[in-house]
Amino acid sequence: MRYNEKELRALSRQPAELAAELGMRGPKKGSVAKRRLVKLVVNFLFYFRTDEAEPLGALLLERCRVAQEEPGGFSISFVEDPERKYHFECCSQEQCEQWTEALRRASYEYMRRSLIFYRNEIQKMTGKDPLEQFGISEETRFQLSSLPRDGLSARVSSRLDELD
Amino acid sequence: MGSSALAGRVLCTQQALHARGHGPGTRYAAPAAGMKLNERSLAFYATCDAPVDNAGFLYKKGGRHAAYHRRWFVLRGNMLFYFEEPGSREPVGVIILEGCTVELVEAAEEFAFAVRFAGARARTYVLAAESQAAMEGWVKALSRASFDYLRLVVRELEQQLAAMRAAGGAAPPRRPSALPPRENGCACARSLQSVAGDSPVETSAAADTQAHCVTQPRPHCGLGTLTEAPELGFVAVGGLVPALCQVLI
Repeated sequence: MRYNEKELRALSRQPAELAAELGMRGPKKGSVAKRRLVKLVVNFLFYFRTDEAEPLGALLLERCRVAQEEPGGFSISFVEDPERKYHFECCSQEQCEQWTEALRRASYEYMRRSLIFYRNEIQKMTGKDPLEQFGISEETRFQLSSLPRDGLSARVSSRLDELD
Repeated sequence: MGSSALAGRVLCTQQALHARGHGPGTRYAAPAAGMKLNERSLAFYATCDAPVDNAGFLYKKGGRHAAYHRRWFVLRGNMLFYFEEPGSREPVGVIILEGCTVELVEAAEEFAFAVRFAGARARTYVLAAESQAAMEGWVKALSRASFDYLRLVVRELEQQLAAMRAAGGAAPPRRPSALPPRENGCACARSLQSVAGDSPVETSAAADTQAHCVTQPRPHCGLGTLTEAPELGFVAVGGLVPALCQVLI
């Protein structure tokens, strides 16, 4: 698949939500953990050799599952292949929790759900759609109908229905 | 990939090093192969069941002097995928929409617009829709597609909600402090970062990891740490969660 690699590299140089040196092990069998500089920018997780300016690679964090792994580490896998895991080693349990929390919130889809929820909350409280002042209330992406038909979104929308 | 692509990558690396300056121990290493990306997951994200943010045929200009190719475009989040045709199992490619502006352009092709990235020798994608309405729809959708933009809106709403709670009820939402222009179809996602009060600090790939940790400021609501509302599938600002749960359960 073609992609705009130059822009992705530029993105890797943007301010990060989180960055740290972690042990990282790829999903291939027999892969060895290596020290990497790992950097979370928007919904991408970049990883660098610790002394290099250019990223080795990036993971798009959509439809992924982040799990804590004993001891003191976590893994990232993707919904379509949950056994294929990227493993990360942290220096402390706190660091591990910090990363797993941040990574769970790092997807566009998660942000979208939050927006829809807050929008509805504010609307209930004020009777006004807070997106109107930004001129984006008609945007397809911010409608309840834009949420995927999964259990999580179903729960969000059924809760919102109960408020009516 | 041609030699020009390789030259582009080398140039990019040099720029990166110049921008940051060499730290001790930073070595220049031209990437042997392209950057790795979890393309298989990307392809699944492109073709999954979830509703898309926009879809339709667009003509894409191959390069500066190349012809237009008609492709099926699918916008999902901050990813603009393009396929040979609507039924295709895998995208031909993807344009990652962070740090770009969307503009109308003068082109031989009707209903043309451009997705422009910043930086020296950055690529501009020239696309053309099949009608005025389609073009306007795409320009609007693409100019608001970045994660940066979405995050800004979410933070704004979080602060409004927190302010309302603090004021004890239905206080009118305060005026938005910083959002991109509404209607002209041109939004610069990256500039929002400084406008919202963040101080963008360039991180470097040097060994000192302390310098790398640039955490975005939390919403200024003073209600403590973020906590998870797992049944809702996202995080609400602490202190709000019990209140929200009361409302919702």
